[in-house]
Amino acid sequence: MTADQILAEAKGICVSLQGRMVLDGVDLSLNAGEILALIGPNGAGKTTLVRVMLGLQRPDRGKVSLRPGLRIGYMPQRLVVDSILPLTVRRFLTLGGRVSGQALRRTLAEVGVERLLDSPIQNISGGEMQRVMLARALLRKPDLLILDEPVQGVDITGQAELFALIGSIRDRHGCGILMVSHDLHLVMATTDRVLCLNRHVCCSGHPEAVSSDPSYLELFGAYPGMALYTHNHDHRHDLHGRVTDASGETEGHG
Amino acid sequence: MDDFMLRALIAGLGVALVTGPLGAFVVWRRMAYFGDTLAHSALLGVALGFLLEVNVNLAIILVCVALAMLLVALQHQRRLASDTLLGILSHGSLSLGLIVLAFMETLRIDLMGYLFGDILSVTLTDICWIWVGGAVALLVLAWIWRPLLAMTVHEELARVEGVPVASVRLAFMLLIALVIAMAMKVVGILLITSLLIIPAATARWFANTPEQMALLAALAGCLAVGGGLFASLQWDLPAGPAVVVAAALLFFIGAGRRKSCPTS
Repeated sequence: MTADQILAEAKGICVSLQGRMVLDGVDLSLNAGEILALIGPNGAGKTTLVRVMLGLQRPDRGKVSLRPGLRIGYMPQRLVVDSILPLTVRRFLTLGGRVSGQALRRTLAEVGVERLLDSPIQNISGGEMQRVMLARALLRKPDLLILDEPVQGVDITGQAELFALIGSIRDRHGCGILMVSHDLHLVMATTDRVLCLNRHVCCSGHPEAVSSDPSYLELFGAYPGMALYTHNHDHRHDLHGRVTDASGETEGHG
Repeated sequence: MDDFMLRALIAGLGVALVTGPLGAFVVWRRMAYFGDTLAHSALLGVALGFLLEVNVNLAIILVCVALAMLLVALQHQRRLASDTLLGILSHGSLSLGLIVLAFMETLRIDLMGYLFGDILSVTLTDICWIWVGGAVALLVLAWIWRPLLAMTVHEELARVEGVPVASVRLAFMLLIALVIAMAMKVVGILLITSLLIIPAATARWFANTPEQMALLAALAGCLAVGGGLFASLQWDLPAGPAVVVAAALLFFIGAGRRKSCPTS
């Protein structure tokens, strides 16, 4: 792996918020054209790590280095425009900077919501909003896309479609993608590499490997019917994973 | 038209042209109470201006900015919410202003005029202040328009996209301080926020974009100034409150006609 293929790298990141250790010595690196999923339970520090990578949160210790001139497209976890502010999708998309009408239409078409161009942003559904935010990130012609819970507020079918879209965006634009999810099985088909976070990095690697990693299983609970191998776990967690049913779907997301 | 009436109209229109667009941001950013607090502190500015013999407008701006800084500093603690802090600063500074004024026995100032406005007595100097200050305010607002709007919608996204959030926020705060100093003569410190909020809220009934809302707010403000001054002349009403009542009437007329625009 040559240096210029690494888009972003974080080393030994430690962050405390209000006296509580949120991230403890986290390493992360992301290569060009790679999709990395950051998973972990609530309170694991996923969003904090993303904020550190974006430069929104200064780490107490550790260092983030970005490839010089790296353009980042960011999709925040939640964005609600108050109805007191009259804003169309078109105007929302141009808030990040001037873009041609042609680029607007092309990008909206790419994420599948071209017809919404002149809709008031308060009138569109949660899933449509995620796509519009994705379009705003894409309009910056990013080398790196950072997506915080990109399928939040989207129903199950919509989630699969959205992940397929994210995969196709990577294929078409060749950008690296760092995305946050609270559930591995949702992102499994789309990602190249998974980083399982619970204040520190529990395990990382290919999604299949992570899904059978004991530290992952301890964090999220074992899936019945899945082949397990034994392994001596070398650390403990004070946070328990969520309960899952036999079909393997996680309860309570969305 | 009488001379004083013409001067009042020119001053009032100058103020309304600025409070409309700026007020749109006050409404979007939910800063109505913040505007009120700065306005209340303006009386302390007036008092200090007389006490230290400096330009009163300048003293008002300085006090408003100092108060805004104090608020930002206080917001770093997490026990008290912002509206509580604003309540403390708002009434604390207003009362302090009243006390300082009361101590200056040699000074006969028209307290009612400062509290509720004295638009019928504006001088040519006042008009110069209003129009020059207003032009500067509008230029600065146009300059920071897109970044300010972007951070109003989502501050962190704007930061990632390269908006210098802290500087833009400071510029916006300075604009509010400037406009309060400008508008005080017209409606008085107790009613200034009404010119920021009511025309902008009226404009929301009809606007489909932020820019439309800003322009319509300026228009609604001008109509309110015209209507209020007319009513004041016609029926001998106090001018400042008449302008505010006219603005409120326009708001309710707008509410009645809102079916003509898309709901959201």
